Amino acid sequence: MDVSQLLVSGLANGCIYGLIALGFVLIYKATEAVNFAQGDMMMLGAFVTLWLTNSDQLGLPFWIAVPLAIAIMGVIGYLLDLIIIRQMFGQSQVAVVILTIAIGFVMRFAAGTIWGHEPQSLETPFAGKDVTFGGVILGLDEVTVIISTVLLTILFYFYFNNTRLGVAMQASSQNQLAAYYMGIPVKRVQSLVWALSGMMATVAGILYAAKGSIDPSAGLLGIKAFAAAVIGGMGSLPGALIGGLIIGIMEPFAAYYIAAGYSQIAPYLLLFLVLVFRPHGILAQVHRKKV
Amino acid sequence: MRILFKTSYDQDIRLFKDWHQGRWYLLLLLALLVMPYLVSTFVLGEVTNVLIWSLAGMGLMVLVGQTGQASLGHAAFLAIGCYANAILQTRLGLPFLVTFPLAGLISGLAGVLLAIPTTRLHGIYLAIATLAVSILVEDLIVIAEPLTGGVGGIMVPDIAIFGFNINRYGNPFAFYWVVLVVALIVTLFYRNLLRAPTGRAFAAVRDSEISAQAMGVNVARTKAVAFGVSTGITGLAGALMGHFIGFVNHEAFLILISIQLLLMVVIGGLGTIHGAYFGAIVVVFLPQVLAFLRDWISQVSGVGSIVIPGIETAVFGVILILFILYEPRGIYGSWIKLRTYFELFPFYRRDMFRRQKSYLKTERMR
Repeated sequence: MDVSQLLVSGLANGCIYGLIALGFVLIYKATEAVNFAQGDMMMLGAFVTLWLTNSDQLGLPFWIAVPLAIAIMGVIGYLLDLIIIRQMFGQSQVAVVILTIAIGFVMRFAAGTIWGHEPQSLETPFAGKDVTFGGVILGLDEVTVIISTVLLTILFYFYFNNTRLGVAMQASSQNQLAAYYMGIPVKRVQSLVWALSGMMATVAGILYAAKGSIDPSAGLLGIKAFAAAVIGGMGSLPGALIGGLIIGIMEPFAAYYIAAGYSQIAPYLLLFLVLVFRPHGILAQVHRKKV
Repeated sequence: MRILFKTSYDQDIRLFKDWHQGRWYLLLLLALLVMPYLVSTFVLGEVTNVLIWSLAGMGLMVLVGQTGQASLGHAAFLAIGCYANAILQTRLGLPFLVTFPLAGLISGLAGVLLAIPTTRLHGIYLAIATLAVSILVEDLIVIAEPLTGGVGGIMVPDIAIFGFNINRYGNPFAFYWVVLVVALIVTLFYRNLLRAPTGRAFAAVRDSEISAQAMGVNVARTKAVAFGVSTGITGLAGALMGHFIGFVNHEAFLILISIQLLLMVVIGGLGTIHGAYFGAIVVVFLPQVLAFLRDWISQVSGVGSIVIPGIETAVFGVILILFILYEPRGIYGSWIKLRTYFELFPFYRRDMFRRQKSYLKTERMR
């Protein structure tokens, strides 16, 4: 195995973790709620796309199915906040955690009942092809993952800094009450944030499914993405991506250089160490509480 | 409604509020004592299972309900208790009466060890750290194959007390008595802990760390003690669970078990001993009820047996969502409401149990 190939496959995985973690962090920043169902949203997004595009299902062209799936998941995210999460407004964080875990259970069950529990693969135009880049053979799917993540990051950067809605989201994440006084409809903005992170989860899900296969328990990947978010520092968007990349790159190298069995604990060991020595992540955003 | 007229300060911390309350618990104890003679062996096994899960639930309740520290990693301590108990018996040949407390002790010490670096963490960060520990222990069981049998698993011997061999299938009565005695002792210990300064310190830390500090509570040490007590009790539950299942490998202690434990205490009612028992009843009997319903539906509708994989977790999830939205105090909360309704009839008002919400509290400022 070539080091550069390890690096690319790690980067591709890391991008997916990073995208899921980005969804976590978005919701956390805007609403202080921690969405443990983000991994399951990713899984659901992948299945919705699969349902729309696979030839044995609806069989729509891939480039029509993707925006459609993203839109559907955006609506699901919006409704999730509107119907369930909004009622938790002003309650403790742990209650929301438990609530979203339960929502994840239900999503997993729904996907398993509708699409079956066996792993399925998503039909994409870029599956199974290779590109040669500087003498190194890379999977087109992995390159697609990396490029899409970079594009999405740039898009988000401009979205949050240059659009009205993006700025409103930032404002309501920093201080809900002050944002409300400034005339921002905080509740609706929060629902929109949920919609946005549902969309992001869908993109992550499509990329994940394109790289391999997807089954209803793929949502457990969310735990790893969660570790990424914490390592990077909850509440920091670049931190989430960095955390995802760290875990993603670590995994193939650990698997290659360390004995089997030990390698898979590496991300969690890192998570634990980060939590112990830098409790709020690498890019921390915490201020001391004053009484 | 009975009005309690307090004549001394000691009355506030008595084990039972008054004689009437004590009588109800005496009745419950009597019911549990005659239970084996009234129900079938299968039901007795399920009740034993409920008691074991309640033990684990009580362990977690000390931490989550009493001290306010969310843990998503208690399956790890179930595992530590279970393996410690089994390995001490099979490798060193120690009797159950020695290994059982030792299992609790080892698990408790592991909890304190975990608490030392993690007491600085709050809320969600602590939950994540414990989640990581749960996954780490799950993998460690596989790695430490010479000791734990790895993926192949390990046989847990019968409980042997003074020459009596107690097996779940061989003599379910005796197994039930053992578990019942342990559950009783732990419940009494838990109840007494809440009456003692330590338990008060737990509550102070839960409600506000800063005020607890101002009142002279050593927050870090209190959290460490809470972790130790909590994981110790959970370890005891793990040891019994090992004997109950008879054969364990890493799959008995997956991360999902950790999550299920936390969900269980929330459904039961956070912060109450009753909650641990109610939650365990739901967790153990839900699959049976669903199986029963499924048979009933297929009989009534005439369709063949319907098998939907994963329906248990989904129903569990829906129940949980409904409880968190409409009854955050869990089953025990509804029970209290129901009781108050009848005690105060017709003066019960809905607002009596209104939840307090805080819109300005942010967990980012710690």
